[in-house]
Amino acid sequence: MSEPKTDKPRVPAVEGWFTMSEPPALLGTRCVQCSTIFFPRETVACRNPACRSTAFTDHELSRRGKLWSYTTAHYQPPPPFIADDPFVPYSIAVVELEAEKMTVLGQVPTSVPAESLVVGMEMELVIDRLYEDEQNEYVVWKWQPVASSATENGGAR
Amino acid sequence: MSRDVAILGVGMHPWGKWGRNFAEYGVHAAQAALDDAGVDWRDVQFVSGGDTIRNGYPGFIAGSTFAQALGWNGAQVASSYGACASGVQALSVARAQILAGFCDVALVVGADAAPKGFFAPVGGERPDDPDWLRFRLMGATNPTYFAFWARRRMALYGSTSRDFAQVKVKNSRHGLHNPYARFRKEVTIDEVLASKVVADPLRLLEICATSDGGAAIVLTSEAYARKHATKWVSVAGVSTVTPVFPSTVIEMPNMATDSAATVPLPPVSFRDSIARGAYEQAGIGPEDVNVAEVYDLASALELDWYENIGLCEPGDAEKLLRDGVTTIGGRVPVNPSGGLSCFGEAVPAQAIAQVCELTWQIRGQAEGRQVEGAKVGVTANQGLFGHGSSVVVKG
Repeated sequence: MSEPKTDKPRVPAVEGWFTMSEPPALLGTRCVQCSTIFFPRETVACRNPACRSTAFTDHELSRRGKLWSYTTAHYQPPPPFIADDPFVPYSIAVVELEAEKMTVLGQVPTSVPAESLVVGMEMELVIDRLYEDEQNEYVVWKWQPVASSATENGGAR
Repeated sequence: MSRDVAILGVGMHPWGKWGRNFAEYGVHAAQAALDDAGVDWRDVQFVSGGDTIRNGYPGFIAGSTFAQALGWNGAQVASSYGACASGVQALSVARAQILAGFCDVALVVGADAAPKGFFAPVGGERPDDPDWLRFRLMGATNPTYFAFWARRRMALYGSTSRDFAQVKVKNSRHGLHNPYARFRKEVTIDEVLASKVVADPLRLLEICATSDGGAAIVLTSEAYARKHATKWVSVAGVSTVTPVFPSTVIEMPNMATDSAATVPLPPVSFRDSIARGAYEQAGIGPEDVNVAEVYDLASALELDWYENIGLCEPGDAEKLLRDGVTTIGGRVPVNPSGGLSCFGEAVPAQAIAQVCELTWQIRGQAEGRQVEGAKVGVTANQGLFGHGSSVVVKG
């Protein structure tokens, strides 16, 4: 994942949830009335039960947070996950964002060894390959340790 | 006025991978419960089914599937879905009907025929469904979430893989003689730790399998029970609570939690609120409980439940386990049935099965796994998408 494996166009695996800028950011929404932040994006009605607002602005989430927990998946999940063949185990991180007081999941790039993960460590958002088809490489947000060896050749480009 | 309802009969179809239609397990369990109660099916006035989403249309309208299979008797019907908490949703509906005076005799049934392997979202391309998206965008299976909570325990309290394995060892012994359990084999810590890692730190022997099975309860008003029985076990509290915003512990199938930046955290967390709701209705506290059935979807989760249902303070669950407090013979045995560890999960039947086990325990009929002097029991369970489920059963 240090360099694209293909020359295929990079396409977000989900539309509008993150920016492809450098550095990238998760794109949530913020209630215009009570300022509560939502990710994934809430655009219908504020979920603060004391607020009746239906208006939101875009809100970029913090790019860094602390590792709350993690796991490494050793068995291939069922569809709609699109797995590489052969299946490569991957880690998933739960990262706590201090300003937002919330946690957000994300895979960890497979270049990061699972052994290097420690609860409490600083993590940062990157954009990395999820799967590809004939036309495109589909990318998604992932979390990787800050200032680890993985950072230099990490997914952030 | 008492708000208790009577459990006149309970019944189950053994858990396993039987490869038959779910309705068959439900009918078997229902007939066993009716026989146990000495109630004629034609006298049942309300049928409350726990739904299964993996068996087509008959699964979505489980109440009438069972009613038709038993022979239409004109009973009123409801079908409930609340993921793993479906069984208690069905129980809750039946209890409310009885307490409102709309009926005296209700039959609560849940049954499932489950596919092998990881649970997957229901079919089709549904990019606006969080349950679909968590698989597509990050391959987050159910055991992924179990592992998050297990790892968090390790980080917060210094729990070890051996602690988690010890839960499995205990439950494998508890379930050894349970005729309804699917896995009846004693395992050692070394065997657990030698099994394959599924979602680090959890291993294959620590994660509950998907199962076929069925469970049923004949629930009646106290007035009806007085006329037709001399002794019975009662449902004294039922909790089907949802979280209070903001809920900041990651839960299936979400990819993020709520934000607590603008609205303060509620005084009681969602998991802590689940049994509390049932205790309050029953007018008891955790100190009154002699036996508990909790949802050990994975070994480590049983330890969380000790704390969530108030058996000990956060961080003390491992000590409770190590001291044998939660083993049969201890002060408050947990999962004497063997739990999901010995059953696997038959989704809409599981929360009903928990109540069946407590009924047998309190009646003194739990052969080979009896908790001596069991008088008050509590169940705890949680379904994805914010379903709490807890029942207080008392003699």
